Amino acid sequence: MRILVVEADSAKAKNIINALLEAGWSDVHEIAQVSGLEQSIAKHAPDIVLIDMANPDRDTLEHIGTVSDTKSRAVAMFVDQTDPHLTQAALAAGVSAYVVDGLQMNRIKSVIETAIARFQMMRQMQSELDAAKQALEDRKTIDRAKGIVMRRRGISEDAAYKLMRKAAMDQGRKVIDVAQALVTASDLLT
Amino acid sequence: MTRTVLNCGYVPLVDSAPLIIAKELGFAAEEGLDLNLVRQPSWSALRDMLALGHLDAAQMLSPMPVAMSLGLGGLPARIDNLMGLSANGTVFGVSTGLADALGAVPFGDPDALLAALGTRGPQPLRVGVPFPFSMHRLLLSYWTASTPDLQVEIVTVPPPRMADAVMQGHVDAFWVGEPWGSAIVGRGAGKILMAGRHVWGFAPEKVLAARHDWIVENPDTTCHLMRAVYQSARWLDVERNKPLAVEILGRSEHLNLAHEVIEPAITGILTLEQGGTPTKVDRFLTFHDHAASFPWRSQAAWIAAQLGVDAMGIAQAKRCFRTDLYRKYLGPVGADLPGASEKVEGAMRDVTAVASSRGQMILAPDAFFDGRTFDFDASNGE
Repeated sequence: MRILVVEADSAKAKNIINALLEAGWSDVHEIAQVSGLEQSIAKHAPDIVLIDMANPDRDTLEHIGTVSDTKSRAVAMFVDQTDPHLTQAALAAGVSAYVVDGLQMNRIKSVIETAIARFQMMRQMQSELDAAKQALEDRKTIDRAKGIVMRRRGISEDAAYKLMRKAAMDQGRKVIDVAQALVTASDLLT
Repeated sequence: MTRTVLNCGYVPLVDSAPLIIAKELGFAAEEGLDLNLVRQPSWSALRDMLALGHLDAAQMLSPMPVAMSLGLGGLPARIDNLMGLSANGTVFGVSTGLADALGAVPFGDPDALLAALGTRGPQPLRVGVPFPFSMHRLLLSYWTASTPDLQVEIVTVPPPRMADAVMQGHVDAFWVGEPWGSAIVGRGAGKILMAGRHVWGFAPEKVLAARHDWIVENPDTTCHLMRAVYQSARWLDVERNKPLAVEILGRSEHLNLAHEVIEPAITGILTLEQGGTPTKVDRFLTFHDHAASFPWRSQAAWIAAQLGVDAMGIAQAKRCFRTDLYRKYLGPVGADLPGASEKVEGAMRDVTAVASSRGQMILAPDAFFDGRTFDFDASNGE
């Protein structure tokens, strides 16, 4: 069974491909080039195409699935022919799969399940990474704001932070929002 | 009072304006709705999210509810069109190279354009469209069908990538909604040769869609959503509101587009080629006027007929355009209601007054470029 992974981010593509190889599928290919997707699909003639739900190129795959072109193989979205639980799981994980019409459900199910598990893992890692990045950014902003208050009022770091926290509590806002406002105002005024 | 949270999917385009304005100007809040606009990366993703219940409602290309209800392509689901969000608003153009080869073709003349394209030899014309089930694709097929010698290869390209596809030579021509037509011109990649309305005078473009079952289970929310969007569309079509509309849409996190690329669609003043003089296109994009939001059943029938279904399919398509809900929910808030829910599509060459609940309403010309008319009303003998 030939599996095609459409993914521009090569690290991400490798991650999915490795998961599929580890699970025992050997005929796995990757398409990174988004232009000319139709020709690539026709060339590889895959049985299953896996693509990130967030990828706008899904609409192009959709087109290939609806036109009857002898050069490209008919692909239908797998939700057509599978159980609703699997569909919901795929949607939640952010993976969409296109499957050649008439392929046996039991043959594709394990491929999809493997892909779902890997997408979930990557999504989890991505959101943790985003959260860590955000925390670091917030920290920088709060430090800058503290510095501004310390300089302008001639108070200690601890006192500056307490002042910002009090302002936030009084206004029902977060400390980061107060800090952001301070930094913006200070940038505008200097 | 707690507001009802409503998740509504959309694709960031200028004609998402009725949804964005409904939220930003508080029309939704006035109806007791917390309108949560959920951006979607593609039309297929939006369709799946709506069909599987992750979205309550969504902006859709007008052929999508028909295609889904008929089980064509992708996920079959009973999806209804509650009301129109916009009429017209798309453009057709060709790459700069092809424009040079074609020579001078007057803007907005589909016949002259067909004749010019017919002279370019036997190789097929590759045209980029946003989605198989789009008014763009249907109008392209309808328009070019009259010239069998012209071979057309339809390629689906996500609109934000259309300019690249034109520049890299993956397509020779494009049919897109704004801001992507103006974006292609702005990059010097292509030239706009006509607007969608030159092929069909008043084509339903985007619609507000929801699952049939959801509508049955949530009559109040449906009613409030339709009223909020109706007020928003009405506000958008008031001439003096347009600069403010551009301002709000430009600032909106929902679109993330610059003012300059939003303005052409809202004002109807388009730059057709790089460095060219801006041209005013009448009725380029309409949200409310001329009953733009009324989901004419005859339009559903036209779409279904273009998709090649039989009489039963056409009848089924008509049922998913909910003129009944439009009358029931929008009549009491002052919407003018046409006397009939179907019209002979293509019959009006000029602005025409028709019978309505408040006496008369003025409809825009809805003629097709080739003068054909479509009468799908069984009682009219078709």
